[in-house]
Amino acid sequence: MGNNDVVIIGAGHNSLVAAGYLAKAGRRVVVLEKSSVVGGTATTDETFPGFKISPVADTAGYLSDEVKTDLKLDSQVEIIPLDPIASSPEPDGTHLAIWRDTARTVKEIERFSPADAAKYPLFVERMTKIAGVIEGLLKLTPMDLPSVGLADIRAALGLAGPVLKLGRKNINELLRLLPTPVEDLLNEWFESDVLKGALAASAVKDVTWGPQETGTTFTFIYNWALSDTGLFRSASLVKGGIGELTKAMAETARGFGAQIRTDVEVKSIDVERGKVTGVTLANGESIQAGTVVSGASPRTTFLELLDARYLDTSFVRHVHNIKYRGSASRMHFALSGLPEFPSLAGAETDGYLRGPIQIAPSINYLQRAFDHTKYGRVASAPYLDIVIPTVADPSLAPSGKHIMSVTVKYTPYALRDGDWAAKGPEIAKLVVDTIAEYAPNFPGLIIDQMLLTPVDLETVYDLPEGNVNHGEMTLDQFFHMRPIPGYARYRTPVEGMYLCGPGCHPGGGVTGLPGQNAAREILKDAK
Amino acid sequence: MPRQTPFHSRTNALCESQNWVEWSGYFSAQTYEMDHIHEYNAIRLGAGLFDVSPLFKYFIRGRDAVALMNRVITRDASKCGVGQIFYTAWCDDEGKIIDDGTVARLGEDSFRMTAATPTLCWLEDNAFGMDVEIEEVTDAYGALALQGPTSRDILQQLTDTDLSSLKYFRMLETKLAGAPVNISRTGYTGDLGYEIFAEPDQCEGIWDALIETGAAYKLLPAGMTALDMVRIEAGMLLLDADFHSASTAMFEVEKTSPYELGLGWMVNLKKDHFVGQEALRRENARGPATCTVGLEIDVLALEKVFVQNSMPLQLPYQSWVDELPVYSDSDQRDHIGRATSGTWSPVMKKYPVIGRVKPQYAKIGTRVYVEQTVEARRYAVPATVVKMPFFDPPRKRE
Ligand SMILES: Cc1cc2nc3c(=O)[nH]c(=O)nc-3n(C[C@H](O)[C@H](O)[C@H](O)COP(=O)(O)OP(=O)(O)OC[C@H]3O[C@@H](n4cnc5c(N)ncnc54)[C@H](O)[C@@H]3O)c2cc1C
Repeated sequence: MGNNDVVIIGAGHNSLVAAGYLAKAGRRVVVLEKSSVVGGTATTDETFPGFKISPVADTAGYLSDEVKTDLKLDSQVEIIPLDPIASSPEPDGTHLAIWRDTARTVKEIERFSPADAAKYPLFVERMTKIAGVIEGLLKLTPMDLPSVGLADIRAALGLAGPVLKLGRKNINELLRLLPTPVEDLLNEWFESDVLKGALAASAVKDVTWGPQETGTTFTFIYNWALSDTGLFRSASLVKGGIGELTKAMAETARGFGAQIRTDVEVKSIDVERGKVTGVTLANGESIQAGTVVSGASPRTTFLELLDARYLDTSFVRHVHNIKYRGSASRMHFALSGLPEFPSLAGAETDGYLRGPIQIAPSINYLQRAFDHTKYGRVASAPYLDIVIPTVADPSLAPSGKHIMSVTVKYTPYALRDGDWAAKGPEIAKLVVDTIAEYAPNFPGLIIDQMLLTPVDLETVYDLPEGNVNHGEMTLDQFFHMRPIPGYARYRTPVEGMYLCGPGCHPGGGVTGLPGQNAAREILKDAK
Repeated sequence: MPRQTPFHSRTNALCESQNWVEWSGYFSAQTYEMDHIHEYNAIRLGAGLFDVSPLFKYFIRGRDAVALMNRVITRDASKCGVGQIFYTAWCDDEGKIIDDGTVARLGEDSFRMTAATPTLCWLEDNAFGMDVEIEEVTDAYGALALQGPTSRDILQQLTDTDLSSLKYFRMLETKLAGAPVNISRTGYTGDLGYEIFAEPDQCEGIWDALIETGAAYKLLPAGMTALDMVRIEAGMLLLDADFHSASTAMFEVEKTSPYELGLGWMVNLKKDHFVGQEALRRENARGPATCTVGLEIDVLALEKVFVQNSMPLQLPYQSWVDELPVYSDSDQRDHIGRATSGTWSPVMKKYPVIGRVKPQYAKIGTRVYVEQTVEARRYAVPATVVKMPFFDPPRKRE
């Protein structure tokens, strides 16, 4: 195996994107994945025979258009846009749906607050502008503050457009808003609890924070910047499951000449005199390479695969201090039929169930669900994000049958009492009971079910503390501070060694951006 | 209020001056008598007994103990034999010195480390992923330094172990006046001397035995004033005097490297890896920005300055710690460094000073000028770069 010059650790989607770009540029690339399939957290399998489940990530709306085009993914996979992008059944039997079409959403909001309905279009316009600036940041390699180079300034010029469009008043507004709680933002605009709950939910879906915590406006706007809906959350499926997307990425990379090996676990990254020399596999095999790129989390990469004793003390301390603290569980159901939500009765039920369903009736509900986390307890009334992918893509299940996939918040990784091994059945019951409150026929439809706790996410998918994004996506771990200050440019203290996963800028989600940005920097260094 | 060391009942009874200072949170005698000079004389002519219990002490044990020590210190810990002690520095990632102290190898996989500043957190930060146990034992042991030409004779009265075979920078476990102790031939005086570690409940008995036996050997309990004079004679650096710790320095310019402190001999660039090694490798290649030197002030020239002011010569009666400018010329135009501590040396009848100058002025015999203030006026008094230690009696190692 002497003829590789790049080894990529892991075959998660970012690794595959990096492999695609590097192989396209003529580098000899080998990708090493410990699991038996490619895709990492973006896979699809038949855990329940006959049902195609995407166990971890399922919605694909954050994928960068440029990556899609560059890696010829458009022709290989079919993206199914979902609409509504969120619908909220309410405990009192009412419901609110947010559609891609603003006018249609305005009509929905009118049922709750005419005043809010009137403001909604302006809110969308303002947030879109602000998110445009953040979007510009996502494709940039973070600068090394405070020593910003000329090349950084040139690269950042692309930001000038969105910033100018924003106008001075709105720039101040952006800086004022980012660190605030999303509740404050929404209170400045709206009065309806239902609307505010529906909007706030997306801001806290991927972080262990409640909507009353500082910085959740940042996560709200970050999602907005990435999403394919032009709104606050993404809502798209890949036909056949998200695993089809990563399979296509692997195909593209192979087409460019990359070699992809599964069932090979990297045991260590080998370093000599501060320079990377290759990797050693769990089976004892050594693979030499002048460039090693890790798609594993910073914790795994620096504290497990690299020998920490060769790294600077302050660096190790920083890596050690990265916040992970996951709090999401995933639960999947095979169903014999479509659940009925009485709150949607009269509405075109099927249409409403096509998009993600949020059990998030108000900001207070979300915040209370989070509050338990602070004391190491599972939420007693959880916030659920539900997708029934079979409504839009019936091919995933036997005819007439359905799949339901649920993200469950908050179920903190660090429990104060008891351990996760015993907690599973309790959470499963909580999820079923909670859904049954809104869809009473649901329990009777369950054919099979499966729960992934934060500890499962850690052990099966190598996500430290079950964090969904290889590190919390918070303002203090964003841009030049991701994964840690001083090392946000995909490079590491070890020469020839790079990171390409969501532990680096711009972070999590199936975006392809960390992989694309990393590949760009690696190619730059080779010049 | 400062805490009391395990010797406090004894040191307090002897401390006529009640001149206490705080040392790392403990009471420490500045002088025992009202004046320090008898204590100074005892160290050089008989023996001085210091309570050095406030030193920070750590045990490092486990399979990776050598690996941890080697990651932290600049010397090669694997070369430290069991029963041997290393004086060593440790640095931050940028190769700037954090502290210096001793590392004693107690066994294949265990070390005792002493430090002037709290070091537990630094050790733990560096032990990431290692199979090692780090225990702070600052309070678990009292420590004494018995220093001076008669120190061996005193100790020998109290133990069956033949101390003549205990070499410089070696240690052994034995009994002293019946109490289990660890004795090392180390110290901060540049003289023949020992350091004794014992568990707190043994401390008073050991102290009493040493004072009683020492009476016939010109032994006196000695305080920090006398200690600072002899450490300067011995050319030993003091933290927060001759250098600052990189971990507490507020500004980059306050940090120094082992090379700048004349401790380059303890930087092992060949060993596998240690914190700061890369930075030190680069510094070694380009040469340090400043060099620590011994300076000897020309006392006759200094006298002339006093005479000019119609005064008799006045020499410092005890040591000073300061930052005095050093010039290459008597006109005080070309500033080349600083003097950081100095003392009149009664045994040498000389005025040694420790300082840091630009490398081109570090050669032995170079004439430089140290600022001295006489009658509120600043003069540049000639001084010569001399070898350190200033005072280096053969008995230290013999
Ligand atoms: C519960 C959950 C739900 C999510 N939902 C969505 C969603 O709906 N939409 C969305 O856009 N994002 C979602 N995300 C986030 C998204 O999945 C991730 O941010 C993103 O997919 C990370 O991709 P990646 O390829 O960089 O890393 P990963 O997918 O984590 O891949 C890393 C790969 O490295 C491998 N690896 C690790 N160590 C080694 C080793 N030593 N040797 C060999 N291989 C190794 C792992 O096996 C894994 O395959 C979700 C995440 C979670 C946890």
